[in-house]
Amino acid sequence: MSLLPWTIYTSLAGALLALVAGARSARAARWIALLSAGGAWALTLAAASRFVPGPSLQTLVDLPWVPSMGVRYHLAADGISLTLLVLTGLASTAGVLFSWNVTERAGEFFALFLTLVAGVYGVFLSADALLFFAFYEIAIVPKYFLIAVWGSTNREYGAMKLALYSFAGSAMVLAGLLWVYAAGGGHGFGFADLAQAAATLPRRQQIVVFAFVFFGFATLAGLFPLHTWAPTGHVAAPTAASMLLAGVVMKLGAYGCLRVALPLSPVGFAYWQTPIAWLAVVGIVYAGLVALMQADLKFVIGYSSVSHMGFVMLGLAAANLQSAGGAVLQMFSHGVIAGLLFAVVGRMVYDRTHTRQLADLRAMQLYRRLPFAAAVFVIAGIASMGLPGFSGFPAELTILVGAWKTRPAWAAVGALGVLVAAAFTLRAIQLGFFGSADKAAPAGDAAPLAPITLAEKLGAFLLVGATVLIGIRPDLLLNWINPALQSPLLQTVLKGGAS
Amino acid sequence: MPPSLETLWLVPALPLLAASLGALTPRGGRRFSAGVAIAAMAGALLLSCLALRAALLDPSAHLVHNFRWFDLGNGAVELGWLLDPLSALMCVMVSLVGLLIFIFSLGYMCEDENFTRFFCFMSLFAAAMLGVVIANSLLLLFISWELVGLASYLLIGFWFHKPAAAAAAKKAFITTRIGDLGLLLGLVWLYDSTGSLLLYDGGNGVLEAGVLGNLGTMALAGGLAVPTAISLLIFCGAAGKSGQFPLHVWLPDAMEGPTPVSALIHAATMVAAGVFLIARVFPLISYDQALAADPLHALTVVAAIGAVTALLGAAIATAQSDLKRVLAFSTISQLGYMMLALGVGSWVAAIFHLLTHAFFKALLFLAAGSVIHAAHHEQDIRRLGGLGRTMRTTYATFAVGMMALSGVPFLFSGFWSKEAVLHAASEWAVSQLPLYAGLVGVVLTAFYMTRLLCEVFWGPARSPEAAHARENTGVITVPLVILAIGSVGLGFLGTPAWPWLESALTGRPVAPRSLLEGGGLMALSIVLVAAGLGAGWALYGRKVRVSADAKDPFSAAAPRLFGFLGARMRLDELYAATLGRLNTLGAALADFMDRWVWGGAVGFLALLGEFTGSVNSEVDESGLNAGFNSASERIRGAGRAYSGAQSGDAQGYLRTVAVAFVVLALLVLLGGGR
Repeated sequence: MSLLPWTIYTSLAGALLALVAGARSARAARWIALLSAGGAWALTLAAASRFVPGPSLQTLVDLPWVPSMGVRYHLAADGISLTLLVLTGLASTAGVLFSWNVTERAGEFFALFLTLVAGVYGVFLSADALLFFAFYEIAIVPKYFLIAVWGSTNREYGAMKLALYSFAGSAMVLAGLLWVYAAGGGHGFGFADLAQAAATLPRRQQIVVFAFVFFGFATLAGLFPLHTWAPTGHVAAPTAASMLLAGVVMKLGAYGCLRVALPLSPVGFAYWQTPIAWLAVVGIVYAGLVALMQADLKFVIGYSSVSHMGFVMLGLAAANLQSAGGAVLQMFSHGVIAGLLFAVVGRMVYDRTHTRQLADLRAMQLYRRLPFAAAVFVIAGIASMGLPGFSGFPAELTILVGAWKTRPAWAAVGALGVLVAAAFTLRAIQLGFFGSADKAAPAGDAAPLAPITLAEKLGAFLLVGATVLIGIRPDLLLNWINPALQSPLLQTVLKGGAS
Repeated sequence: MPPSLETLWLVPALPLLAASLGALTPRGGRRFSAGVAIAAMAGALLLSCLALRAALLDPSAHLVHNFRWFDLGNGAVELGWLLDPLSALMCVMVSLVGLLIFIFSLGYMCEDENFTRFFCFMSLFAAAMLGVVIANSLLLLFISWELVGLASYLLIGFWFHKPAAAAAAKKAFITTRIGDLGLLLGLVWLYDSTGSLLLYDGGNGVLEAGVLGNLGTMALAGGLAVPTAISLLIFCGAAGKSGQFPLHVWLPDAMEGPTPVSALIHAATMVAAGVFLIARVFPLISYDQALAADPLHALTVVAAIGAVTALLGAAIATAQSDLKRVLAFSTISQLGYMMLALGVGSWVAAIFHLLTHAFFKALLFLAAGSVIHAAHHEQDIRRLGGLGRTMRTTYATFAVGMMALSGVPFLFSGFWSKEAVLHAASEWAVSQLPLYAGLVGVVLTAFYMTRLLCEVFWGPARSPEAAHARENTGVITVPLVILAIGSVGLGFLGTPAWPWLESALTGRPVAPRSLLEGGGLMALSIVLVAAGLGAGWALYGRKVRVSADAKDPFSAAAPRLFGFLGARMRLDELYAATLGRLNTLGAALADFMDRWVWGGAVGFLALLGEFTGSVNSEVDESGLNAGFNSASERIRGAGRAYSGAQSGDAQGYLRTVAVAFVVLALLVLLGGGR
């Protein structure tokens, strides 16, 4: 466990080295990035192998940072953070593999990428709200540059929209946190300290404070109707960045909701629970319907991410052990599956065909020309539809079971999302990869596309392997997650614990 | 634990292994892929037979093996498998029919470039289907159920380069998933109420008296009992998979898949899964019968839907001109009979009909496949004809299947199982309407099957393809003969004089029923079969079609009715105009909202920000700033010096940012150490 803080330092060191080495050789930069990301992932796995699940955050480092304000450099982990740390390691390693063809300013690209990863690790490890917030900001800034410099379609717009939304969200979070901090007499930013401080506020104020913090984080999690940054941002981003963005960064928001917002004020949550749940289920169906209409394959996946994150938010809103456990599982599952989908579309397809329009792809018969990409997309699509055998099935199932427990109508409407997901996914598979030959196809005579590289295959195998493994053995993660949900702090909001 | 129970999981695992090996086999490994698939099915058949023998030692026992999948909250989600006569009989049927169809496919698919992938998908299907039948947990059943749907999607769309096949695959998947949604919610509700999804669990399973008793005490706001509501949701899933009205529309389109697929999946096994599901959870679904206050019994709905489907499928089948579509609508109709039997309370009759139907319908489809293979993929019955002379084995076996399906008395299995269904319907206390629907269906069935037989095998060959057709090789005809034997012999397992099947399935000795009791009904149904055969012969047999363009006699007699039935009662168009349009509208609305309303709101805020900014800067420039201008002049000089740093070189910026960041991080780390 004591290895975990080194994920942050390894990534930062990797960022610096990649920057320096990248000035001379792109090759060196990408190898450094791979070693750094893979090394950090190995650290999370090593820590996981020795992890003893328990209900409390296990402190790794705890030092005073700004003693006058009671801010501490406090890193800690439990089963929830560990799940997401492993996900971060996996997604970032795969992200580097799918960026193997980046040659334009590779040093800076990988430096920003690894800085973002370091910020994400930091967020998942923080046990002090202000530290949490600092890492959160570290994760947001590199995203802007990655999109604005290396992005594609409409990148300035996408990057700016994403940055503004993110900053607006974090401003709300910060305002809420400072409010509570001040109300508590400035004792500190530990999660439990803040919860105690918030409890002293009058109910009205608790409701407002909770809304600031929760919706601030929910913006980054893509909760409807605060989601519009997500599809444009995902589409504009370069492949590795969309993989991280959908795979991990959206989870920062959901993680913030679970770790910081929910325990902050059970009173505030009780007031907002029903609206949040309805926004989540409406978002699931709504984003699925929008995905059904998209002409750009990457937009389909962008909206599908919003739909799947709706399940996470539903799981949190239903607030019992089942639903919250499912929500964390879904964070992992969606991180892997969305990463895979973006990798196929952004790297395997777009970098070769230079189009993502379904109308163009339809005539290309990619199943013939890029059979590996087609096969991976079909597998990822099946996983994304929530079919058994893949991680999405146990995750969405447990969320629905939990949601039903709290309010059956939420589960009933949310389950419609599974149907809509089948519709837009099958449409994307058929139009994108299995177009019919009668569409005046330039298939046979067109210039052959570059074959799929080893790095791409490796990345795809990692992600497919992860979603299948967790699809068959969800207990591997749930055994970490469930005890963590029993922590006294989370038990103030989650129902159904061992009381 | 008896060895057959311990090894039962191998029954689905063997084909699953074959599917995995097939998936890893390169396209050239045709023999390997097919060989592994067939060997796995043979192994599964052997194990199933052993399991059946073990199950029959004590037919009333439900031997289970349960295990924990994962913890959920304070409970657990458990899976398990179950050995009883029902699961064992289904295993034998699925693996035997599956094996024969796999062998048939060796011949039928031999020219296909994706032969290897075909056997991989077929094995995946067989594994999933066997998983459905041995599941002792509704969740494991649902998991296998979804994989069955996936395999069906992959196989219907196997020739995806045909747009019709791609569309049919999607339609099948989405339509059955509408039903699955109900099933899923039913399971979630059941789990929430009982804390378990195991069927039998030493008294704690959801089909056992204690749990059902608790469930029965709960009532909904509408007065509906909870078991009724859950049962109806589960029935949604069964209706989707088993092609029951109004979710039947996908099944005829599914005929775009290769014919062995139609035989295995869309006739013998997968579509029967819904019937099997209801039979499996019969204690749950029939539990509300005992609740007198319940305003609606789940089984009543099942019976009504079954009766409507039986009639509707048979009526539409009379006016189809595609060989496989006639059989598809016939399947829908026969599945309706099975549901009807379940609804009137006789799950044994339903399973009897399911088993006999699996054999004779697989036989009919494979015989149709033999015709299609020989006639170079011509499957329009108006362009066939005359095949009785050139394809004698196919003709003879098809005729056996046709007589079994029509219910020709005494010798053929379909007669006995249909008789069991009708007998059960006649004893239903609630209403006699299902019986009448069933009896009308008997006439229609005999009629459309006679029409099919006459059109395909009699008269002159009406196209070059039909004229060139020759009998196929043994790999195709031998499975036909074996299935034909089954179509005859299987009926004797459940005659009123020797009701072996009923006593095996229920685990109770059943007294033979004398022929006199219910003999009137049997006589009536024999008369009706004769009427249907006679009518068919009168229209299609007495004067056979001479050319492909000749008008259909039925169409000549009643053109509007024929057109209406031929267009499948225009239900597909109705759905497209209502549900389809609603969906498109919803999607378009959501898209509009996202593009313009949310996007517009964001744009408006941005404009507002810009406006405020410009007002501010105006005020600054003209008002506040004037006095500072002279001072700024000096500052500007200093600024020019600094501007050298602002080179516009993003690399330089980033490097500065990174260095600053690292310094900051070091400060934090070192500072923290103090």
